Amino acid sequence: MTALALPTRRDEAFRYADMTALEPLWPVAVETIRLGESEERSLTIVNTGDAPVVREIAVTVPAGACFRLHVLNAGHAYGRIAVRAQLGEGAEFHLGAAQLAGAGQTVEVVTEVVHTAPNAVSRQVVRSVAANKATANYLGKVLVAKGADGTDGSQSVRAMLLDRTATANAKPELEIHADDVKCAHGCAVGELDANALFYMAQRGLPPELAKRLMLQAFLAEAFVDAEDGDALLEQAIAALETML
Amino acid sequence: MLTITDLHATVADKPILKGLSLTINAGEVHAIMGPNGAGKSTLGYVLGGRPGYEVTGGSVQFAGQDLLALEPHERAAAGLFLGFQYPVEIPGVSFVQFLRESLNAQRAARDEAPLSGGEFLKLAREKAALLKMDIEMLKRPVNLGFSGGEKKRAEMVQMGILGPKLAILDETDSGLDIDALRIVGDGINAVMRAPDKAVLLITHYQRLLDYVKPDFVHVLAGGRIVRTGGPELALELEEHGYEAVA
Repeated sequence: MTALALPTRRDEAFRYADMTALEPLWPVAVETIRLGESEERSLTIVNTGDAPVVREIAVTVPAGACFRLHVLNAGHAYGRIAVRAQLGEGAEFHLGAAQLAGAGQTVEVVTEVVHTAPNAVSRQVVRSVAANKATANYLGKVLVAKGADGTDGSQSVRAMLLDRTATANAKPELEIHADDVKCAHGCAVGELDANALFYMAQRGLPPELAKRLMLQAFLAEAFVDAEDGDALLEQAIAALETML
Repeated sequence: MLTITDLHATVADKPILKGLSLTINAGEVHAIMGPNGAGKSTLGYVLGGRPGYEVTGGSVQFAGQDLLALEPHERAAAGLFLGFQYPVEIPGVSFVQFLRESLNAQRAARDEAPLSGGEFLKLAREKAALLKMDIEMLKRPVNLGFSGGEKKRAEMVQMGILGPKLAILDETDSGLDIDALRIVGDGINAVMRAPDKAVLLITHYQRLLDYVKPDFVHVLAGGRIVRTGGPELALELEEHGYEAVA
């Protein structure tokens, strides 16, 4: 994963990356995390700063262990959080990510989850909001190795565009080499429901407030199982305020 | 309270309202009846300010203001409530949160102090009880998973909580069984039958009018009011149909 040469957009995982912002930060040191057997661990990544952020995380989740990762990717410059997870037998990997981009920046979550052994579970929930000329990406690959029967993987990816000039790319990808596998993915890119906005306005909510309520509910889905979910959501809402 | 004068409106460039005039005074209940496609729902949406419903002529005065110059949320704060024929589901936003924010936004626009969480819940509990709705249902996301009848009942609870001057109720009776119809009818009377309030009922059928007695009944056809009468007009329509009467 630590390629010394600067990737190009021909590399699938960098297809929508902001190469100009990436170049000075390359090569990026890979942060390695290794859980013990049956260990449960959580990690929260919050990016709300002004500087570009590029992180590469490689996590090994051995048999019976469970790793929960929550991401708030809402910085004012390029923000890229890439995660590669290796799952042992019966291991669990949970990702809940919220991304917000309001200016011209690109934010992205890039994952590769490898089910190396039977009965591992991976759950990925990514909610993105993009306004103005911003771009929000999710590229997620789930690889089920030969013999990893009983794999249960899911990817739920939704993006909300607040302006017609904003962009969202969602690319869930499955590579399955086992037989008995359950892998679900859902992707949707849309706008706020105009009917709901009128309904809310008719009850007295000004448009900014109505949008905030709907987007808050949308983003909250990324933090449902986070211990610090309320605090994360508050930070997400604070970032949202600057976009509305 | 509401004065509509020669109102013309289009939807997707198609003329729907073609010179509609109507005056509603405080303390009155009016019913508008009419065949499908007459423009009944369009009237409600135009008064509510729904995007896509374009006023091409005429004027609407509401409580001393030019209603058409106001944004939808400003119309609500001015005291206009529109009960939806098809209430919208809003995932992830609870009724309690939605209504408290809505009420406090209206209060802020009127320079009134916001209600605290406790004050709001007390009000919500009282109005829910009036409509025989379990307060627990208001802790659920707005209209999500509600049956047609529950949605209509929830609309009336919202009306009770928001306390509008004028309620325009668009086919609130559709989707209600007989018991629910009586509860909703009683609710409308309890919330809106007051000297300083008024109601405009938009309906196909006479049956809601058994519970909410209108002072005036209007027949809307071809985008205009073609006939006005008392409650007996509704019975006449029920018996002879729109074509014979209008």
